[in-house]
Amino acid sequence: MARVTAGVTMSHIPAIGRAIDTDNTQSDYWKPLFDGFEFSKSWIADKKPDVIFLVYNDHATAFSLELIPTFGIGCAEKFQIADEGWGPRPVPDAIGHPDLAWHIAQSVIQQDFDLTIINKMHVDHGFSVPLSLMFGQPEAWPVKVIPFPVNVVLYPPPSGRRCYNLGKALRKAIEAFDEDLNVQIWGTGGMSHQLQGPRAGLINKEFDTDFLNRISSDPDGLANIPHVDYVREAGSEGIEMVMWLIMRGALDEKVKEVHRHYHVPASNTAVGHIILENA
Amino acid sequence: MALEKPYADVPGTTIFDADEARMGYHLNQFCMSLMKAENRDAFHADERGYLDKYPMSEEQKQAVLARDYNKMISLGGNIYFLAKIFASDGLSFQWAAASMTGMSQEEYAQMMLHGGRSPEGNRYKGEQKNG
Repeated sequence: MARVTAGVTMSHIPAIGRAIDTDNTQSDYWKPLFDGFEFSKSWIADKKPDVIFLVYNDHATAFSLELIPTFGIGCAEKFQIADEGWGPRPVPDAIGHPDLAWHIAQSVIQQDFDLTIINKMHVDHGFSVPLSLMFGQPEAWPVKVIPFPVNVVLYPPPSGRRCYNLGKALRKAIEAFDEDLNVQIWGTGGMSHQLQGPRAGLINKEFDTDFLNRISSDPDGLANIPHVDYVREAGSEGIEMVMWLIMRGALDEKVKEVHRHYHVPASNTAVGHIILENA
Repeated sequence: MALEKPYADVPGTTIFDADEARMGYHLNQFCMSLMKAENRDAFHADERGYLDKYPMSEEQKQAVLARDYNKMISLGGNIYFLAKIFASDGLSFQWAAASMTGMSQEEYAQMMLHGGRSPEGNRYKGEQKNG
């Protein structure tokens, strides 16, 4: 049977991808950020997941205003890296796990979460930056990846509560898959940041720290945070943190935090990264 | 009945909701076209002519030509769509964000290095350090 073994969260800022792609990770500006992922790289090399279920958001890349799925699941064999306006990042395409993805789609829809099934999709920095942070610069990603884009661009995104409950449905679906697979679920995006308007640059370390603490101990409480609180406290783009709750819902009630890293700034954003194992 | 917008009192912030998306549809779809290299070249070769191919308002077109990102947002633009414009200009998210705050690039970068803009005074319209 497939098993959900761990959850990983992290921010997915495009400038991080740029720093990696231009070999600029050891500069004074970037080194403190990348140092916080050294543990994570050795941790994942040791854990050797078979599949990453990667929850992220598309940034008006695969989805324009023509089509806006709230929850999508990538069921394709392969996902190409998108050209977001400055050429595609020089990283490998992602190899999917269509058998597991289709299985999850059917199971989760039967649990009342109406996913959009995606068989052709280019993936942007929201997807590729987390892989780069955890795996560095390999010629091919050492793992299969199921992309799970969530709409957080057009208001309203799904509520925190719905995301948390969706995570629970994903867990059931994954554990009902017959093949013996080590599956990790990643929730990316956040933490506090605002990229637009005169209030751009907002960072709220207190809110972020509380969120990092409670993602282990009180996810049910976090699931009650209304959208407007994210906007007001963590910036208009801080609302991405609802995606962390999908990851959390798929884990055990009790989890062990094995690593945490928080750093300000990466460009406009507070970077938060946490690794949780089922206790 | 009008939709409830509890976020309307957050200063210096435009939430990309249904009304914004409706108003900004053609502006944002123009931005999407810049994800193709040949379209980026065509846009930079003749910006006005390129914009005239889209059924955008004159105000939207002027805001694009002026690279006035606050104005584009007030006309329904969303930052992730508008990113295609500044990316095609070779500029970063930090450049774009700074340009919307009224601060210089240097001042904005320094603010970020010192922990960013504090939420204190920036939660509600009318607070002291409003937006």
